Amino acid sequence: MKYVDEYRDGAIARKLIDEIHRITTRPWSLMEVCGGQTHTLVKQGIDEALPSGVRMIHGPGCPVCVTPLEQIDKALVIAARPDVTFTSYGDMLRVPGSTTDLLALKARGADVRIVYSPLDAVRIAAANPDRQVVFFAIGFETTAPANAMAVYQAARLGLRNFSVLVSHVLVPPAMEAILTSPTNQVQAFLAAGHVCAVMGWTEYEPIAAKYRVPIVVTGFEPLDLLEGILMAIRQLESGRAEVENQYARAVKREGNRQAQETVFRVFEPGDRTWRGIGMIPSSGYHLRPEYAAFDAESRFDVGTIHTAEHPACIAGEILQGTKTPLDCTAYGVLCTPQKPLGAPMVSSEGVCSAYHAAGRGIAAPTAFPLFDFSAAAVREAVGAKEADR
Amino acid sequence: MCLGIPGKVVEIRDSGPLKMALVDFGGVRKEACLEYVPETEIGDYVIIHVGFAISRVDEEEALRTLELLQMIDELALEQELGAMPDEPAVGDAGDAGGGGAAAGATA
Repeated sequence: MKYVDEYRDGAIARKLIDEIHRITTRPWSLMEVCGGQTHTLVKQGIDEALPSGVRMIHGPGCPVCVTPLEQIDKALVIAARPDVTFTSYGDMLRVPGSTTDLLALKARGADVRIVYSPLDAVRIAAANPDRQVVFFAIGFETTAPANAMAVYQAARLGLRNFSVLVSHVLVPPAMEAILTSPTNQVQAFLAAGHVCAVMGWTEYEPIAAKYRVPIVVTGFEPLDLLEGILMAIRQLESGRAEVENQYARAVKREGNRQAQETVFRVFEPGDRTWRGIGMIPSSGYHLRPEYAAFDAESRFDVGTIHTAEHPACIAGEILQGTKTPLDCTAYGVLCTPQKPLGAPMVSSEGVCSAYHAAGRGIAAPTAFPLFDFSAAAVREAVGAKEADR
Repeated sequence: MCLGIPGKVVEIRDSGPLKMALVDFGGVRKEACLEYVPETEIGDYVIIHVGFAISRVDEEEALRTLELLQMIDELALEQELGAMPDEPAVGDAGDAGGGGAAAGATA
């Protein structure tokens, strides 16, 4: 595929790795913000090919992972209603709530549907006027223009049976929360390219200056990540702290103005709680008062929610970059992609799922994750083969 | 979920309330909304995220990045050797030097 394959060239990757080794004189800790970047780094083993002192800390940029448990429990209460058709991006369905998940609800008969685009949810509402159609509007700045457009279109169509359960989060406040944490070790950021495709990078300039931290807007292919790392280390080695753009083919400084206009027509910034991290001031979007009629939280009475995280799950520390999945006692044992305890094991952008897919820290191969590799199962399978002969 | 995939616009459909397109991802075709990149034309590459084009791929920038990456070892060698203005390869070195500056300035 054009604009994909050429950024996966192994020979150029080798050159970039050599150059990173050549210029690095000291240990450095870099954070890739986005979970999509984490998956590429781990899958390709890029983080392991870096000079020994250079560490990639995985950031909180996994929208599914940071959606607070309370919002998931609210989604579960709303989705269980007989009059509701609950629509969501697919990777939200298996995220564990306090007692169950959306997929299990669906199996028990709830009308839960996966949509590819939020406009699909609007179409479902228009076609089913007797159903209350609710869309789980989660995501970072990348997803906000799509979710905002769905609300805007529903308003234009006068749909009274469409609403959204909003859980939108923003990258710059999270970066500041990380930088001001007393345990912070991040010395440079690879900013998420697609967040910046929407928002541009002007918001990052004051952060780079205030905290003296290099920020490189970076793409998602292996060569993008390697170049982003190289640019960040160049800055660190020379004592610079600027915003640079590695992902020039997709990102402009001012971002996408049309998208921003629709986002701010529908949403306004406000405080948000991040799963595993806590409340970060002004770190999310809420519906503007003009669109309050589309707020699922006020349309449906969800009652009092008592949340309960699984006690073994350390997703919060992993999301903040202070621990890795390999520090977790549940990882790969109690918690697997088939039976996740926490959201980072579910999402295609979660750190735990990235590690598990790459087979890190687990004895059994994961190429066939549906197979049972327990000793008993293996014995049984071998025995069956012997019997076949 | 934040993943965006570059695809080629093969058809534009602007008869409905929103400007839509049919986008080809290496053989798989899906509908996507073009409202946020209204200047897009057939044949352009756009980055699609949850059914919306959020950015038009800038071909010139894409090529520039690739060229720079391809000669990264030459640039490194040059830096190590230092500037040698009297060498016959000065033309090439000049170009590469310009590219080196732009590496920072792809920013």
